[in-house]
Amino acid sequence: MTTLDSGLHAHPLTIADVTTWVDVIAEADLPTEVGVPALVGHAPVAVFRTYDGEVHALSNLDPKTGASVMARGIVGSRGDVPTVASPLYKHVFDLRTGRCLDDESLALVRFEARVSGGVVQVRGANG
Amino acid sequence: MAPARRSLVVLGHGMVGHKFVSAALDRGLTAGWDITVLGEESRPAYDRVALSTVFAGSSAEDLSLLPDGHYPDPAVTLELRAQVTGIDRAARSVTLADGRVVAYDVLVLATGSYPFVPPVPGREAENCFVYRTIDDLDAIRAAAADATAGAVIGGGLLGLEAANALLNLGLTTHVVEMAPRLMPLQVDEAGGAMLARHVRSLGVQVHLGASTEAIVADERGRVAQLLLKDREPLDIGVLVFSAGIRPRDELARACGLDLGERGGVVVDEHCRTSDASIYAVGEVACAGGRVYGLVAPGYSQAETAAEAIAGGARPFHGADMSTKLKLLGVDVASFGDAFATTPDALELTYADPITQVYKKLVVSADGTRLLGGILVGDASAYLTLRPLAGADIPLPPNPENLILPAREGGAVGIGPAGLPDEATICSCENVSKGEIVHAVADGGCTSVPDIKGCTKAGTGCGSCVPLLKTLLEHELTKAGVTVSKALCEHFAYSRAELFDIVKVTGARSFSDVLSSHGTGRGCDICKPVMASILASRHNEHVLDGERGSLQDTNDHLLANMQRNGTYSVVPRMPGGEVTPDGLIAVGQVAKEFGLYTKVTGGQRIDLFGARAEQLPLIWKQLIDAGFESGHAYGKSLRTVKSCVGSTWCRFGVQDSVGMAVALELRYRGLRAPHKLKSGVSGCARECAEARGKDFGIIATEKGWNLYVGGNGGATPKHAIELARDLDDETLIRYIDRFLMFYIRTADRLQRTAPWLEALDGGIDYLKEVLVEDSLGICADLEADMAKHVASYADEWAATIADPEKLKRFVSFVNAPNTPDPTITFVDERGQIRPTREGENGELRIVAGPTLKVGAV
Ligand code: SRM
Ligand SMILES: Cc1cc2nc3c(=O)[nH]c(=O)nc-3n(C[C@H](O)[C@H](O)[C@H](O)COP(=O)(O)OP(=O)(O)OC[C@H]3O[C@@H](n4cnc5c(N)ncnc54)[C@H](O)[C@@H]3O)c2cc1C
Ligand code: SF4
Ligand code: FES
Repeated sequence: MTTLDSGLHAHPLTIADVTTWVDVIAEADLPTEVGVPALVGHAPVAVFRTYDGEVHALSNLDPKTGASVMARGIVGSRGDVPTVASPLYKHVFDLRTGRCLDDESLALVRFEARVSGGVVQVRGANG
Repeated sequence: MAPARRSLVVLGHGMVGHKFVSAALDRGLTAGWDITVLGEESRPAYDRVALSTVFAGSSAEDLSLLPDGHYPDPAVTLELRAQVTGIDRAARSVTLADGRVVAYDVLVLATGSYPFVPPVPGREAENCFVYRTIDDLDAIRAAAADATAGAVIGGGLLGLEAANALLNLGLTTHVVEMAPRLMPLQVDEAGGAMLARHVRSLGVQVHLGASTEAIVADERGRVAQLLLKDREPLDIGVLVFSAGIRPRDELARACGLDLGERGGVVVDEHCRTSDASIYAVGEVACAGGRVYGLVAPGYSQAETAAEAIAGGARPFHGADMSTKLKLLGVDVASFGDAFATTPDALELTYADPITQVYKKLVVSADGTRLLGGILVGDASAYLTLRPLAGADIPLPPNPENLILPAREGGAVGIGPAGLPDEATICSCENVSKGEIVHAVADGGCTSVPDIKGCTKAGTGCGSCVPLLKTLLEHELTKAGVTVSKALCEHFAYSRAELFDIVKVTGARSFSDVLSSHGTGRGCDICKPVMASILASRHNEHVLDGERGSLQDTNDHLLANMQRNGTYSVVPRMPGGEVTPDGLIAVGQVAKEFGLYTKVTGGQRIDLFGARAEQLPLIWKQLIDAGFESGHAYGKSLRTVKSCVGSTWCRFGVQDSVGMAVALELRYRGLRAPHKLKSGVSGCARECAEARGKDFGIIATEKGWNLYVGGNGGATPKHAIELARDLDDETLIRYIDRFLMFYIRTADRLQRTAPWLEALDGGIDYLKEVLVEDSLGICADLEADMAKHVASYADEWAATIADPEKLKRFVSFVNAPNTPDPTITFVDERGQIRPTREGENGELRIVAGPTLKVGAV
């Protein structure tokens, strides 16, 4: 079982149980380059669609503060990497992996995302 | 056989001793020498100049010049608590207090000086101190804890610093000076008088021309009274002697080295004493007949001695004794021939008893050369004046303008371009303008840290850093290197350039500008900047269409994000005015949603702890009660603070509240490079703190004075007068022009103060553009503002009316009725606050305004 460590405010949110795909939003309603927050099991997840149509899902919890805010970050790019910047202290994360480009010790837990039958779905990445 | 290693012994590990070792290491001296440093104090060298910061919380470590306690080179041995008691010149050895003997081939004396304690009867009493070491300050602090009053004997530079320390320790503080003025060595009579006014206004009791007769102790032997000749005795519990310093030349005297008339070990231009194998540097040395009590000459001597021992020559020919300091918060500077001792020298003086400023320039008989000067109360001109003193550079035709305040048509800045190459820019490290120019032109330095690394300029007291920066920019521009103004990796343009691009191309979206003038997909820097520019140009709703994806943290949901991901809500209260019904309505909303409530520093009310999904519900109620967005989240107009003004106040001369309300309503919603704040005061008493604002207005009998470019925050700046005695209409016209000109030309996140500072020509230029319309753009600026005013609409009202915009105000798109479980609060002083790590917060479920929220 993986425990999601949200950093400062460790909320014991388990994602191992979320092995099934959870419906998040109709594909048509998912905006481009603006995140949306979703609840996957007990975990707040931020779901993004980039300019080229790729869909990514990462934990919504900013690892620096534990605040549930990542879906409200600014989406953009750094070099070739599609990114989201945390709205709190502006750490920039790789949308594909959750890796933080500014501070190696920080990372966002990654979820799996897909579009199926016109619906965006998310599940735990190790599910 | 390798040549035998030689022994270099350094006596004293103070500032200059340390500098000497560093200079020796820089020159690779350890290749042939073992260096032994013997220091008497318990700590390695520390920054004595910054000694007083111990009282502001600096630790011994913060001050340390050698925090590791040892040098990186194993050939250097540092021994602390090692007091040297004798020098045997014939045997070439020194003896330590513990009896050990250390042999030297070359000896360097860096024993500094000791504070002179005048032979006042009773001076052995307890709680009488000197002010020289960290241990002295620790002892003063301990004694002050049981005392209510203290005195400093000596009103010189150090005495005033000690007085400041006593004041900060909460003591009633006296300064006793024998001379008829303070700082007799640095300032003249008029300057001393101005300084005394400042110091007295801080509550320090200054006794001038006073001689000390005796110190009286209480029955436990502690100082109780200071008796002065012909004056009332002072009741005190702490006494600090600061009556000058004397070189610690006792070892040199005992072994027969030549001493100066008033002490100090006589050295030649290579810092060599009368014994060729002994050098002396720092405050113990008497060079050219003079003992220097400042660190910069000591540093220079340390370099000289190290160079000489290494076999080179770097003669020391005296040093600049200029001083600039902030004593008790008062700027004091004294440089060059401050006392006009040059034959026929002329003195130009300016004194303003209201602002407590005194400035004097000493110029040559023909008025074309600067010889020296004294500045009290405002020493901002020091950095540019000092290098001119004694240099062969002609002064501008009306040198008095150099010291007249800006508004009198003065403000002649002598820019760094006007300085000659040999002008000293950094006096701590003795770096000239030429060396810095060289470092930039040939050394590849492109930043202030580069220059520090390359030339050491700016690494001492730091006072020259602003000048370094200007010089750097000037040189880079001259060399044709464009100081990169690129906003970020996506745009190679500055904000002002992007503004012009949007204006010229008429672009209406970020994507358009990105594809025509940028690369990549944007980021958290360029997106908000473009959002702001587009908003200033077109004033369309910030969440409309693509603009919604560009907004910075707080614009994203039109509220201020707090540390736990919740939001604060600030309804506009123009001028700080609010009706009782308004107050009740705000209270009602706060109560219903269980929000933390606080009056802000901006004269309005902030409601904290709202969840994203609650924001529209909260705003619906506020709008129904007649409120609108306060834009606390935007880089836009925040508040126009007011004082109550002539309507109620017995001193008010204009209706400041009315004007504040009118201005706030006029400029509400105006997006800018940074936030904008204003204030309107009803008279010169300035209760609205208008001069701390980006644009501030102060009422006069004849109308309004307009000040621009002020702010509070980390680097407070007073706004500068743009125009005076304006009628209402002209006032508003000038503000329109000012704001639009700023919005067009400022950098990202540059408030009006730094913008004005960077503006070529400063306030005079701004007056030309905005008042005299020298660029012919005023009509255009006014038209832009008229467009803004006409197109203003409340963002929150528009948001609530638009289901499309409301979509982003959800907890979860797939569970809109489930509040985010990670947001919890605890109770504090009867209101909520975010749960901290390690606390068990309570989950408060609030689904809508109909659900009652219990206290937690
Ligand atoms: C709420 C408030 C503190 C309070 O409880 O009183 C406050 C809160 C914040 N201030 Fe402030 N400032 C508040 C009055 C002030 C004042 C006083 C004033 O306006 O008269 C100042 C000094 C005046 C000035 O700005 O020149 C002030 C100087 C700053 C600064 C420094 C600005 C500067 O130029 O140096 C920042 C940082 C910044 O903007 O980059 C800042 C930034 C902030 C931010 C936005 C920090 C942040 O990013 O979270 C805070 C969040 C606001 C919020 O609502 O969540 N706040 N802040 C005050 C809101 C006033 C209002 O009604 O809108
Ligand atoms: C509170 C204060 C504020 C100051 N502010 C400024 C300022 O703003 N600007 C400025 O330029 N200067 C200022 N100064 C002066 C500056 O600190 C001195 O000029 C500088 O420290 C001199 O360095 P030095 O190495 O010659 O002497 P010191 O730093 O005094 O070092 C001498 C060292 O030698 C040791 N020593 C002496 N005799 C022996 C012995 N026999 N055996 C072993 N060790 C011995 C001493 O204990 C001491 O540690 C200030 C001084 C003080 C006290
Ligand atoms: S600034 Fe003047 S009018 Fe306003 S409250 Fe103060 S004294 Fe009264
Ligand atoms: S003048 Fe002190 S660091 Fe340059």
